[in-house]
Amino acid sequence: MRIPLSWVRDYVDLPAAETPESVGDRLVSVGLELEEIEHLGADVTGTLIVGHVRSIEELAEFKKPIRWCQVEVGDAHGHPDTPGVRGIICGARNFVEGDLVVVALPGAILAGGFQIASRETYGHISDGMICSERELGLGQDHDGIIVLPAGTAEVGQDAGPVVGLGDAVLDVSVTPDMGFCLSMRGVARELAHQYSVPFRDPGTELVELPAPVSGTPHECVVEDLEGSDLFTLRTIVGFDPSAPSPYWMRRRLSMSGMRPVSLAVDVTNYVMLETGQPLHAFDRAKLQGPIVVRRARAGESLETLDHVARTLDAADLLIADDRGPIGLAGTMGGLDTEIDDDSSEIALEAAHFAPAAVAHMSRRHKLSSEASRRFERGVDGVLAPYASARAAALLLAHGGGSYVGMTAVEAAHVPVVITLATDLPGRVAGIAIDRATVVERLEAVGCVVADPAADPLAVTPASWRPDLTDPADLVEEVLRLGGYDAIPTTLPSARPGFGLTSSQRARRRVGRALAGAGYVEALAYPFVGEAELDALGIPADDPRHRLLLLANPISDEQPGMRTTLLPGLLASLRRNVGRGSTDVAVFEAGAVVHLREGQDPRLVTDPPRPSVERRPAAEEVASLEALLPDQPLHVAVALTGQRLPAGWWGPGAGSSWADAIEAARIVADAVGVDLVVRRGSSPAPWHPGRCAELVLGTQVLGHAGELTPRACEAAGLPKRTAVMELDLGALIAAADGAITARSISTYPVAKEDVALVVDADVPAAAVEAALTEGAGPLLESVRLFDVYSGEQVDAGRKSLAFALRFRSPDRTLTVDEVSAARDSAVAAATAAVGAVQRA
Amino acid sequence: MSAPNKSFDPVEVAVLSQENVDAAVTDALAAVAAASDLDALKEARLAHAGDRSPLALANREIGALPPQAKAEAGKRIGQARGTVREALEHRQVELEEERDARVLVEEAVDVTLPYDRLPVGARHPLTTITERIEDVFVAMGWEVAEGPEVEAEWTNFDALNIGPDHPARTMQDTFFVGSEDSGVVLRTHTSPVQIRSMLDRELPIYVICPGRVYRTDELDQTHTPVFHQVEGLVVDEGITMADLKGTLDHFATSMFGPEARTRLRPSYFPFTEPSAELDLWFPAAKGGARWIEWGGCGMVNPRVLRACGIDPDRYTGFAFGMGIERTLMFRHDVTDMREMVEGDIRFTTQFGMEV
Repeated sequence: MRIPLSWVRDYVDLPAAETPESVGDRLVSVGLELEEIEHLGADVTGTLIVGHVRSIEELAEFKKPIRWCQVEVGDAHGHPDTPGVRGIICGARNFVEGDLVVVALPGAILAGGFQIASRETYGHISDGMICSERELGLGQDHDGIIVLPAGTAEVGQDAGPVVGLGDAVLDVSVTPDMGFCLSMRGVARELAHQYSVPFRDPGTELVELPAPVSGTPHECVVEDLEGSDLFTLRTIVGFDPSAPSPYWMRRRLSMSGMRPVSLAVDVTNYVMLETGQPLHAFDRAKLQGPIVVRRARAGESLETLDHVARTLDAADLLIADDRGPIGLAGTMGGLDTEIDDDSSEIALEAAHFAPAAVAHMSRRHKLSSEASRRFERGVDGVLAPYASARAAALLLAHGGGSYVGMTAVEAAHVPVVITLATDLPGRVAGIAIDRATVVERLEAVGCVVADPAADPLAVTPASWRPDLTDPADLVEEVLRLGGYDAIPTTLPSARPGFGLTSSQRARRRVGRALAGAGYVEALAYPFVGEAELDALGIPADDPRHRLLLLANPISDEQPGMRTTLLPGLLASLRRNVGRGSTDVAVFEAGAVVHLREGQDPRLVTDPPRPSVERRPAAEEVASLEALLPDQPLHVAVALTGQRLPAGWWGPGAGSSWADAIEAARIVADAVGVDLVVRRGSSPAPWHPGRCAELVLGTQVLGHAGELTPRACEAAGLPKRTAVMELDLGALIAAADGAITARSISTYPVAKEDVALVVDADVPAAAVEAALTEGAGPLLESVRLFDVYSGEQVDAGRKSLAFALRFRSPDRTLTVDEVSAARDSAVAAATAAVGAVQRA
Repeated sequence: MSAPNKSFDPVEVAVLSQENVDAAVTDALAAVAAASDLDALKEARLAHAGDRSPLALANREIGALPPQAKAEAGKRIGQARGTVREALEHRQVELEEERDARVLVEEAVDVTLPYDRLPVGARHPLTTITERIEDVFVAMGWEVAEGPEVEAEWTNFDALNIGPDHPARTMQDTFFVGSEDSGVVLRTHTSPVQIRSMLDRELPIYVICPGRVYRTDELDQTHTPVFHQVEGLVVDEGITMADLKGTLDHFATSMFGPEARTRLRPSYFPFTEPSAELDLWFPAAKGGARWIEWGGCGMVNPRVLRACGIDPDRYTGFAFGMGIERTLMFRHDVTDMREMVEGDIRFTTQFGMEV
């Protein structure tokens, strides 16, 4: 909402010394958001004069048509050689001889530092300039120069005040509860409160109109009184459609951000900005039969003023006549009955429409207009006849014609009465606010307090405050007027809490552990597309292709919610590599979205909407939860390049499948769960020969290993890029958290190394498991420390070297005990996997 | 003095004579002094204090002396051996010190060689600043509440007093999930977690709700369709707007230092009444301390309490919320939103493990 300060000053006497900035501050404390203050032509200096174009000579010899004009500028300002007149070259063509224009004399500096001098151009001495709005910093209009309507000003007069130079426009955004501030009337009233000065309300005095001439005002019928509880129609005939809008009105409209169009349209816009009441002017000659307010019927359609043909819905609230719909109530008129250059009969609608009806319609048709914005937020319920009288008076004054009268339909008005305990504002604020102050502030915002001595108070809000419906709304008014700074600060003492949950702590540990291990956290957008999954080789029937789709995605390439963290991480990897970081390890922990069994990617169409007047029943809560997909928490890593760099200390180590598996172990350790790593399934994009299954009990929680060469290529990443993805939520759920301490044996450890030769395809884990089982209870630990295949073992075989540590809790082990345990371990490995101890 | 008994006179045992003993000591001391390293000293020890050394051999002769002479000879040899031992020990310490000092010089390395073998990881600053905020409130006894990002429209809008035709629904550009009338959205704020808290938790409620939220903005320097918010919610008996202000001031000083403070300006949110915009006095602002728009807040609208089955006549509450990206941006002078979402490790590693 753009507010020209000069316009607001029509209704409230702001102290003369107030700057636009200080007024802006007051509006902020009222609750409006100040976006910008525009100072119109603030940097324009020098002499600006109202001039009269006496003659125009067209110069045709140049690339574009140029005019050589003789402009009367008054005796004081003329050129010495041509008293009272200046010769000026002008490129604009929107004026004729006899027009009043704005002339900048040599020495003036226009907007943007443009210096005006007397100079030779197009073969003449141009002795000043005829100005456009943009050149004066008044607006963006540069279609032509400013032409002032005859009678607007005197030749030779200072043009600054005429065109609004030095005025300021405050651009504010208005929250939905302050619809009353979408007008000069509302803003001026708030400023009057702020400065404690009188307010002259343009919305409560009925402008006197001439006595109706003979004829019948156009008839109106309201079939839906819930949709419109007040509807008025004033009829004017004999209107001059070519009459221009007065210059001041056009200026104010442009300052407010609206484009002047024609007198009839300008007047409806002007009165709307002034009072907050949207109006619509119909060409009465185009109407067929009475105007009717009703809901739409099946199959009806309407082409609105924005040239969009709209199919109507039974819930749409319409303005119609005998032929059918002619407007969406409170939103936009129809094209067929639009005012045009020949319209001489006007039917002027001013009405009150139900906010919900307009909001619904505006949403469904994706059509937001100046009118609908106001009706959605609530328009003063009794304002219509006042605003239309004001508009009719302006039309008659500037367009001539005769007033025929008004027809109206009005439902019985039931005022809202709010019951307010007098101490409630104080209790909410945390300070004592006495009854007199509460009543005074409520009255200041237009409320009527039935009996100021009663408790609770019976409060009737002003008609222009439809937003006030609850006691809490009145509390806000009372506190707002007192200023929030008046409220002290105290700290509530919370009930003793239990700190972070074990799951929250586990997630922090996982993040720290991965970062400590050299992984950098990346937070990708959780959007994904089929193509990305296809590129990874994930087959179409894989569950990860069952995407929950967005109705309005940011990008058509990524219309769904991610089912895996990998595409996002790989994109981050690719971006880093592309930017020159060749050794990268990244991780992310975040939710993925999995459709539940039988859930449609487009979900349902008739969702439950429990009442908000009470707590929803358990079944209702369950029905809401049932709408949602599963959103498990995953963790994933991706790494490429050197995991450990080469340096003066020796060679480095490239990222590999082993790092990905180690990452899974780091995560499991951080959570406190033993994760089994085994060869098993290897879904895309993992390399089937270089992928481990990550298992907890009987549940496969994820996979770790290298990408297939094809997936690396498709993802634009170096070979051997490795990834791990794991259901972190399930892992955390499995951690029971309680650690039972074992006592630590202080007896000496006995170490035994064994080298076992097995077939090359025997997993080390199987050998280790057999050793562990065979070694018995004295075994403290077993660790694989070398893998060898080569000349010293047979082809197709490999040697695995294990370090075994034995220890007893209650004695020093004898050599014989240790040997026996070792032999038993080896024997078990022989039995299980055919291991042969290496000589 | 008794007559000398030649055969038992200690003087008669040459090796025990004062002269010989003195000579042995002199030799020993000379050898000790001459020993220039620990190996030489070891040799000197063997030669002059070992089992075959002159003094040791002399000592053996004492046994043959008559009792009255034993004491005198024993004393003489004992003193001599003590002198030698002392000299050896003293020299041993000296030489060990020399050796230690030498080793420290000889083993010196170039400590300026780069040692950056272990890869450096980091957590995302959005994560760590979120944890820091959580910790401020957990320290006051609050708990951290969470909820899903794909959320029911009822929880995201209706229960928060944003009805189907409420203008606030058009204020927020919502991602609809499935179809536009599926009743499911990507949550546009973390406020549905407040609803879940009020439905699930026992009163009183003191929770902080951080999380990822969505609006249909294109990514640019100052916008992102996916971002993070943190909201606080208190519902208890006798909660006032003064409590809200005090909590916000405490939060501000915890995050921005003792000079930080907050100020409220009237505003509108459907789920709070009264509502306010929240400004932060940011002492460390680039270019000097100033007010910064930080978030929104207000007293929980009694309609919201009712929708959650909480008696608004008995309980009152406050809520506040702010953007975490925005907080990170002004706190750490991040000037481009894109840096936070692209996953460039050079951005993230600046922040390490905590902010």
